[in-house]
Amino acid sequence: MDAQQQAAAENLKDRAYTRKEVVEIIRTVLGSIDKNNEPTAKLHNELSTLVSYIENMRSELAHMRSIEISHHHIPTAADELDAVVEETASATGTIMDACEKIEKVADSLTSPVSDDLANAVTSIYEACGFQDITGQRITKVVKTLKHIEAKVTEIINAFGHSGEELESKITDNDKKSLLQGPQIGSEASSQDDIDKLLASFD
Amino acid sequence: MVAVNKDMNILVVDDYQTMIRIIKNLLKQLGFNNADEATDGGMAFEKISAKNYGLIISDWNMEPMTGIDLLKKVRGSGNKVPFIMVTAESKTENVLAAREAGVNNYIVKPFNADTLKTKLTSVLGEF
Repeated sequence: MDAQQQAAAENLKDRAYTRKEVVEIIRTVLGSIDKNNEPTAKLHNELSTLVSYIENMRSELAHMRSIEISHHHIPTAADELDAVVEETASATGTIMDACEKIEKVADSLTSPVSDDLANAVTSIYEACGFQDITGQRITKVVKTLKHIEAKVTEIINAFGHSGEELESKITDNDKKSLLQGPQIGSEASSQDDIDKLLASFD
Repeated sequence: MVAVNKDMNILVVDDYQTMIRIIKNLLKQLGFNNADEATDGGMAFEKISAKNYGLIISDWNMEPMTGIDLLKKVRGSGNKVPFIMVTAESKTENVLAAREAGVNNYIVKPFNADTLKTKLTSVLGEF
């Protein structure tokens, strides 16, 4: 390789190529190879296989509905897990409010009842530590899911898909389902909202 | 032996409000009623710079400033306040790093009231 070729190769290293560009480059190389010459014929076969492999990968990705994974399943799973953290934090807060009230009542009682109550409340405080631990573990899982989501999106983009057209389809499909489990935050209706809705039919 | 001053100011640092409440309530049961709180190292350092604390009890894993960075900053400023790390990070390298940074004791989550009392005693003395 001469100096000019080497410089060109160095420049190419820093560039990211789309699937189309890679296939195009391989096809150009294929076109310039003499298929009747035995050593280059082998190279021709290898490159042909590579083109087929890339094209197959693209169709397999489409078949796997990988866009659904990156644009729908992973974000939904991450949102659900975030909601678990919020709900356990809120429930733990309620438990601790109750414990603090019990402690005040225990202070007005005499031993051994007050001691027994204080010990029981201590055990509840200790057990409430689960929320911190599970919260940290779930946050770690959410980060991992987001990392996977980013990588899957990169792969999809590299193979020339765009997620947008499929995303609207996914949302429409999902809206049709009545089995969506507990709602998250702002999407959820309160009992008041539901009572108002029911009352509007009267 | 000098008696432990139970009126000392204690700073509890954790990004989980639940854990702050647990530690503050357990401290209260042990007779320590003056506990402030902060939810990350930066907020804690501001409080430490503005007030005289007798003890810092801090989580490790917080954003934007972690507990270990807080510890380094506190020690870097020449403050020798007793510092207990309370964290789920239980790897040997974490404990060693905390020790290197100047931690006085280390509690692994989940912990119980007895562990907290034992560690307080080891750092502050019998109370």
